Amino acid sequence: MTATLDRGLNALREQIDAPVASFFTSCVSCGLCAEACLFYKETGDPKYTPIHKLEPMRRIWQNEFTLFGKAKAMLGLGGKVDDDMLTEWETLVYDSCTMCGRCTLVCPVGNDITLMIRKMREGLSASGHGPAELNGAAVRHTEGTSPMGNLEKALEARVKQAEGLTGLEIELDKEGAEYLLLLSSHEIATGPEMIESVAKIMDKAGKTWTISTEGFEATNVGIQLGNRDVAANLVSRIVKAAEKLRVKTVISPECGHAFQAVRWEGPNLIGRAYKFEVRHIIEVLDQLRAEGKLKTNGEKDPAKITFHDPCQVARRGGVIAEPRNLLNMVADNFVETEDAGVMNWCCSGGGGVGANQRANDLQEKAFGRKKKQIEDVAPEKIVTMCAFCHATLEDQLENNDMDDIEVASLTEMMAEYLED
Amino acid sequence: MNNAYFDLLMWARGPGFTIALTVMVGGILLRLVEILLLGRKKDFAKAKGSPVAQGIKTIFTRSVARKGMMKEAPVTYVAGYVFHLGFAVAFLFLGAHIALIKSLLGFGWFDVNKALIETAAALAVIAAIALAYTRFTDPVRRALTRFDDWVVLVLSVLPLITGYIAVNRVFGVDATLWMAIHILTAELLMIAFPFTKLMHAVTFAVSRYYNGSIQGRKGAES
Repeated sequence: MTATLDRGLNALREQIDAPVASFFTSCVSCGLCAEACLFYKETGDPKYTPIHKLEPMRRIWQNEFTLFGKAKAMLGLGGKVDDDMLTEWETLVYDSCTMCGRCTLVCPVGNDITLMIRKMREGLSASGHGPAELNGAAVRHTEGTSPMGNLEKALEARVKQAEGLTGLEIELDKEGAEYLLLLSSHEIATGPEMIESVAKIMDKAGKTWTISTEGFEATNVGIQLGNRDVAANLVSRIVKAAEKLRVKTVISPECGHAFQAVRWEGPNLIGRAYKFEVRHIIEVLDQLRAEGKLKTNGEKDPAKITFHDPCQVARRGGVIAEPRNLLNMVADNFVETEDAGVMNWCCSGGGGVGANQRANDLQEKAFGRKKKQIEDVAPEKIVTMCAFCHATLEDQLENNDMDDIEVASLTEMMAEYLED
Repeated sequence: MNNAYFDLLMWARGPGFTIALTVMVGGILLRLVEILLLGRKKDFAKAKGSPVAQGIKTIFTRSVARKGMMKEAPVTYVAGYVFHLGFAVAFLFLGAHIALIKSLLGFGWFDVNKALIETAAALAVIAAIALAYTRFTDPVRRALTRFDDWVVLVLSVLPLITGYIAVNRVFGVDATLWMAIHILTAELLMIAFPFTKLMHAVTFAVSRYYNGSIQGRKGAES
C-alpha cells in the first residue's frame, strides 16, 4: 500500500486510546521529561523535549477526540496536521528518540511518553515519513528471513562451526525440544559464539533446545519503524515455528527491541495469547542458576567490570536483578555505574536510531551521557545483554578513543566460566 | 447589611456557586467519560508482574521525585511541591472552607490556625511566581508553554491572593466586596477546570494508573 497523509492520520487516530487521551489531558508542560532525555541533556535544544515530539498526535487528539477541541477546530482554531508538519517531526520521532523510556518514569503525572512515541511512529510510517534504512530493512525482512536479507545459509554454517567448536550436536528444527532459541541477525553475522555458548550451557544443564530454520530471527524492524503489519508478520513466523515444534519456551536473545517485540507486543500483534512462554535469555540462565543447573568453575574474571542495562530489557522489560545474579558468579570486581538499573542511560543506538544514518551525528552527541557514566567508573570491561547495545557501545567507544574498554555479552561470559 | 456589595456577595455564594459547581462537576465527568470510553485493547501478553496492583501503587508513588531528578530541575520540583501543598493546605484546612465542604458533602474535618493558612497561601503564591518565572526564562518550559498554561497559573493564584486580601482587609479594602471577589475567582477556577490543564488534578490518577499497570505487567518498575 502506498503511504499517504490520509493513511498516516488514520493510523494515528487508531492509536489514540484511553491511556493516550488521559496522558495528553494530564500533561501540565512542566518540562521534566526533557531532564530525563539523553538527546535534550546532551544538546540543550528544547525541541528534543520528549512530550514536544508528540505534538502532531496531540493535535489530532485535541481536535478530534475532545468536545472542546472539536468546537475549537470547527472555528478553525485547532492547528492542522499536514505533511509539512510530519516532515518536520519525523526527525524528532525517529532520530532523537531511542524509546529508552526514562521520560516515562519521571513524568510526574505518569504519562507513558515512550509508548506514545511508539504509537506515533505508526502514523509517520503510514504517511511515508519513516527513515529509509528502517523501510529498507522492513522490505528485506518481509521478503527474506532477516533485515540483512536471507540468513538461513549463514545460520547453518554458524551451527556447523559451533558444533565443531563444542563437539556437541545441535539439531535444527527439533520437535518437542524444551527451548527454541531465537537469534538476532547481528549475532549470526558476527560469529558462532552465541550459538556455541548456548550449546555448552544447555548441555551442562541437561536441557533440550533447538533453532528453527523457519523462525530464527528475533529482531523486528516493524516495532522500530512503527508498522504493525510488518511487526505482526515477523512475530507470526516465530509463533508458527514455536508451535510447530511444540517447544515449551522461546528464548528471546540478547536484543532489546526483540524482547519487546516477541515477549510483550507479539501476542497483541497476532491477537491472541501464545501457547508457549517467552523469556529473555538472561531470565532463562538465571532460572537455571536458581535451579542449580548453571554452575561455574569457581574462577572469576579479575577485570574491573561494569554492566550496561539495555533499556528494553531492563527499564522497560523488568530484567534487572537477573543479570546481576549471574555476573556476581563470574566477576571478581563488579562495579555499578551511577543510575544503573532502572534509570540507566541509553547506549544511544536503540529504537532504530543506530540504523538511521541521518541521525549519526546526533547519536554521537547523545552518547555523551553514557560516556560520562562509563568514565566515572573507568571499567576495563562492559558487560551487557543486548547485541545492539553491544555493537553501539563498541562503535561509540572507538569514536571516543576509549576502545581499550572491552564490551562483552553476558551469555558468552557465563559459558566461558562454566563448570568443566 | 446596607453594604452596596452585599448583593454581589450573595449572588457569588448562591447562584454563582451553584453554576460553577455544576459546570465543574459536569465538565469533569464529561471529560472523564470522553477519555475512558476510548478504552484500551486487551493485553494478551502473559503478565510477569501485577498490572492492577502496580497501577494503583503508582498513583501514590509517582508523587515522589525519582532519585537524582531533583537536581536536574530544582525550581520546577521544589516550587511544584510547595505550590501544590500550599494550595491544598489553604483550601482544605481553613474553617470557612471546611464549613462549605461540610454543607455539600455532609462531613468535614479539623481546621488549622489562620497563621498557618496564610503562610501556606503565601508560599504557594511565591512558588507559583517561581514556576511562572521558569516559563519565561527556561528554554524547555518557554517552548512548551501555551496560553492554557498561563490561564491555569493565574486562575490558581487569584483565589489565594483575593482570599488573603479579603480576610485581612489589606489596604483597608471593603471586606464584603473582596469576599465576593474571592468567591468569584474561586468560581472562575472551578468553571475553567474541565476545559483547561487544571484537569490534571483529576486525570493524573488515571495516567499514573495506566503507567503503573503497563510497567507492572512487565514486572518492571514504575
